[in-house]
Amino acid sequence: MPEAVALNLAQLAFVLALSPLFAGLLARCKELVQSKRGPSIFQPYRDLRKLFGKDERVPEGSSWIFRTAPYLVFVVPLLITMLIPVLTSFPLFLAFAGDMLAAGFIFAVSGFFFTLAAIDGENPYGTMGASRTRMVGFLAEPVIIVALFTVSFVANSTIPYIVQQHWVHPIANFFAPSHILLMIAFFMIILAETGRIPVDNPSGHFELAMIDESKALEFSGRSFALIKYGGYMKFTVLAIVFLNVLTTPWGLAGDGSVPAVALAAGAVSLKIVALIVAIVVVESSYSKLRLFRISEFLGGAFAVSVTAMITQLLHL
Amino acid sequence: MSAILTELNALVLGLFILAAISMVVIRQIGACMQLFILQSLLLAASAFLLGASPLSWHLIALGCVTIASKVIVIPWLIRSLVPAEVHRRRELSQAIDVPAALLLSLALTLVGYAFAQHLARSAPSLSSGNLAMGFAGLLVGLLLLAVRTEAVPQLLGILAMENGAFLAGIAIAPDFPLIAELAIAFDVPLLAFIVGLLTRIAYRQIGTTEVGALSALRERAP
Repeated sequence: MPEAVALNLAQLAFVLALSPLFAGLLARCKELVQSKRGPSIFQPYRDLRKLFGKDERVPEGSSWIFRTAPYLVFVVPLLITMLIPVLTSFPLFLAFAGDMLAAGFIFAVSGFFFTLAAIDGENPYGTMGASRTRMVGFLAEPVIIVALFTVSFVANSTIPYIVQQHWVHPIANFFAPSHILLMIAFFMIILAETGRIPVDNPSGHFELAMIDESKALEFSGRSFALIKYGGYMKFTVLAIVFLNVLTTPWGLAGDGSVPAVALAAGAVSLKIVALIVAIVVVESSYSKLRLFRISEFLGGAFAVSVTAMITQLLHL
Repeated sequence: MSAILTELNALVLGLFILAAISMVVIRQIGACMQLFILQSLLLAASAFLLGASPLSWHLIALGCVTIASKVIVIPWLIRSLVPAEVHRRRELSQAIDVPAALLLSLALTLVGYAFAQHLARSAPSLSSGNLAMGFAGLLVGLLLLAVRTEAVPQLLGILAMENGAFLAGIAIAPDFPLIAELAIAFDVPLLAFIVGLLTRIAYRQIGTTEVGALSALRERAP
């Protein structure tokens, strides 16, 4: 039991400590591709320290939702971290407390309150961003649901630890068409859910075109820091679900010893760096879609996930 | 047939139907053509995989004929016949909008699946995957033909239907006589040639290849 607690804490520490670094790395890589120097990869840490030290302002007339939402945004990725295999390939004690659907629902809670808080802040851009996020959200929902159906058809389970084992035992499962198509669909979903380029431009400063960023416009000081931190962790957690559960379930610690876990931390970081490079390639080679073309992008993801399900149903 | 070949064939089938669906939704005409080339390559790959074990020279020959005619000759014919600016163009209007077309093509894929389930019960020896995806590819090609208004994607729709029919055909009749394959291999480029020529003439006469907009005949004094 103490070992399990320590491992869980190690997973939380991994996500807490490294997610700003991944965000900084992503921003820096993108700048490098565009022949700019860009900020240091440690810039997110400095931003967070500065924001945590600042005074906080709250819009007049806003309610308790505005004050609590940043905490939810911060805490939810940490909750999910306890459900998924971050560093170990064997289940820890919360592994069977919730499956991938539950993780989706928990993410939905923080998303819902963040949207409400953006409307509560009474900034018109915040409201606009909130409604747009909901639009992207409800278009992404069917893809996630069909993809999870497919996962449960394939692995007979939606518990991440079991799903993860299924793809590589035997190795032929890894090359099953439903698996390859699932990977494509999930990659598109990650781009949409974390506000990356075909859907939203994370480095845009034009409020009218913002989707994800504009919701945080009214937050300041500690609340803003929590929201930023939560955003970094959300990206890291989604990347870990994608990499450790769905695509490359290798490099995780098989037992709880310190060197194994340290090695796993290194391996998982490397995998996330590889994903970041892939995202940078996508972000640099595509332009942001117009708002009403987003349905086509996510429709494409839906087509991919339905194809995955059909190939699975055909027992191919 | 060994397990790894079946698995690879299944992957090819999944990508085949995905290419068919992408052809319906993609707006750029040039990209539509590239997807058609990809789809034909996948058809050839499926023929090679099915023909590898048990060894069937008919299927391997069919794969070679497909590559020669649909990957090399037909794209070359269309590229050289249809003016280059047509390929760079985006098709801005379709008969129905893209998300609706996407949902329809998914529904057609499900129809293909249901159809194959039905047939597989009466003939369990068939490769039901090829049958299902081939039939779905045929229907999605028909949809492509129906929703597009430009001449080149419509032609690609006919060819995609043909690809789907072939994909189903290699599952039903693995020992298809080679003469029929050769006949088709000459027939289809001829079709591409004629439609390409018509498109070229239409483009020169009226400055557009949007055949969906050509709804009335008009007589003009010579």
